Amino acid sequence: MEDSILKIDDLKKRYGKDTVLNGITLSVSEGEVLVILGPSGCGKSTLLRCLNGLETIEGGSVRFKDEIVNDENGVSSDITELRQKIGMVFQNYELFPHLTVFQNVMLAPTTVCGRDKKEVEKEALTLLEKVGLSEKKDFYPSKLSGGQKQRVAIVRALIMHPEVLLFDEVTAALDPEMVREVLEVMLSLAEQGKTMVIVTHEMAFARAVADKVILLDGGVIVEEADPETFFTHPKSERAKAFLEGFSYERVKGKKSIKKGA
Amino acid sequence: MDIQIMKEYLPLYIDALWLTLKIGLLGIVLSLVVGVFTALFRFYKIPVLDKLSGAYIELFRNTPLLVQLFFLYFALPRIGIKMDAATCGVLGLTLLGGAYMAESIRSSLEAIDKIQTDSALALGMNRRQVMTKVVLPQAISISIPSIVANVIFLLKETSVFSAISLMDLMFTAKDLIGLYYKTVEALALLVIFYLIILLPVSFLGDYTERRLSYARSGN
Repeated sequence: MEDSILKIDDLKKRYGKDTVLNGITLSVSEGEVLVILGPSGCGKSTLLRCLNGLETIEGGSVRFKDEIVNDENGVSSDITELRQKIGMVFQNYELFPHLTVFQNVMLAPTTVCGRDKKEVEKEALTLLEKVGLSEKKDFYPSKLSGGQKQRVAIVRALIMHPEVLLFDEVTAALDPEMVREVLEVMLSLAEQGKTMVIVTHEMAFARAVADKVILLDGGVIVEEADPETFFTHPKSERAKAFLEGFSYERVKGKKSIKKGA
Repeated sequence: MDIQIMKEYLPLYIDALWLTLKIGLLGIVLSLVVGVFTALFRFYKIPVLDKLSGAYIELFRNTPLLVQLFFLYFALPRIGIKMDAATCGVLGLTLLGGAYMAESIRSSLEAIDKIQTDSALALGMNRRQVMTKVVLPQAISISIPSIVANVIFLLKETSVFSAISLMDLMFTAKDLIGLYYKTVEALALLVIFYLIILLPVSFLGDYTERRLSYARSGN
């Protein structure tokens, strides 16, 4: 495929004897939003970490455009340049606690790219403004709520002008009322046509944002579909079982217990 | 207590104070340098250097400074390495301090969650930038209390310099006692002068610790 930004071919990842990913083949094209779903421990986060070379792999390859990021020979020697084009946002924000919000955002563009400081400052302010955090710019991360931290982390990734963004369960550590403020930022990025790979447990969000959904289980892709098909008519039994796990039936006998009490 | 004679002693103690401070501070600064490098060798498990660093740390943490100084000052000249007493003092303090500083810094480096490194790498930073901009600043602020404790310990250890004929505070006090038998006065001044050096260090340590913990956690 000509327009694919990320191309994953038969990727295999093992930790010692445990096979975590067993032959993942997948591609993400320009402007596409790929959502990866799956039960805990299925290797979703590991897959994401293979995409920017934070994990080595035992087989197959990951390519960014035509360049190899990661294969069985190890991580590319140009990995620092490649990572500037592949942004990542983590579950626990991972802001740098010794730096203010503004310094967190400024650190990589000024030290890594050597970009003009004035110009980066302006962009940092604009981006912080967009996520509603410009007045928090001189705060240390510890003074922010989880949702605010995660929005800063997104800005910190965006300011590098990545061509694809990886989101690793970015709302999993948040209180429910903060989930929305982060997801809205991500929805607006999707609207702007940003290419994204999102690992999430937020089913409604996945359905709203995805162009393509994959379900990962036991280290392989068990279902790959557009969101409508995935959520309404999943083909595999595994996907059906997975989706059923998210709906609840009324607890039987609850009323009668109350009566008895 | 003879206040008059204490006044007469004062200039001698002030000279000794400068000597103690000069050697002490130089040794401390150098031991921080040695400590940072040794800690990095161990932290990154650099082949050969890691093992050498481990051996160095154990050797100097498990022998008294007095013995180390005797070795530098009396034994090395026998195999042709001659250094004056002040150089031996600085070197001894550096080697001892370096071993302690290394352990403080290494344990702080290990206290920084690995995912902080991942998050810096994911932004396209190289290993050196990750260390100098992200990991080391956090590690230093964590290690401040134990570095200050090391500084206080090293300044107190300077009292053994007198054994290699350096005219530090301890030497001066012993000298005056030998000359005039005014034991109480000489030792009282000695206590006062050590407090003059060490109390500010303790206070400064508390202060920086509060400031740094503010920067780290905002509290």
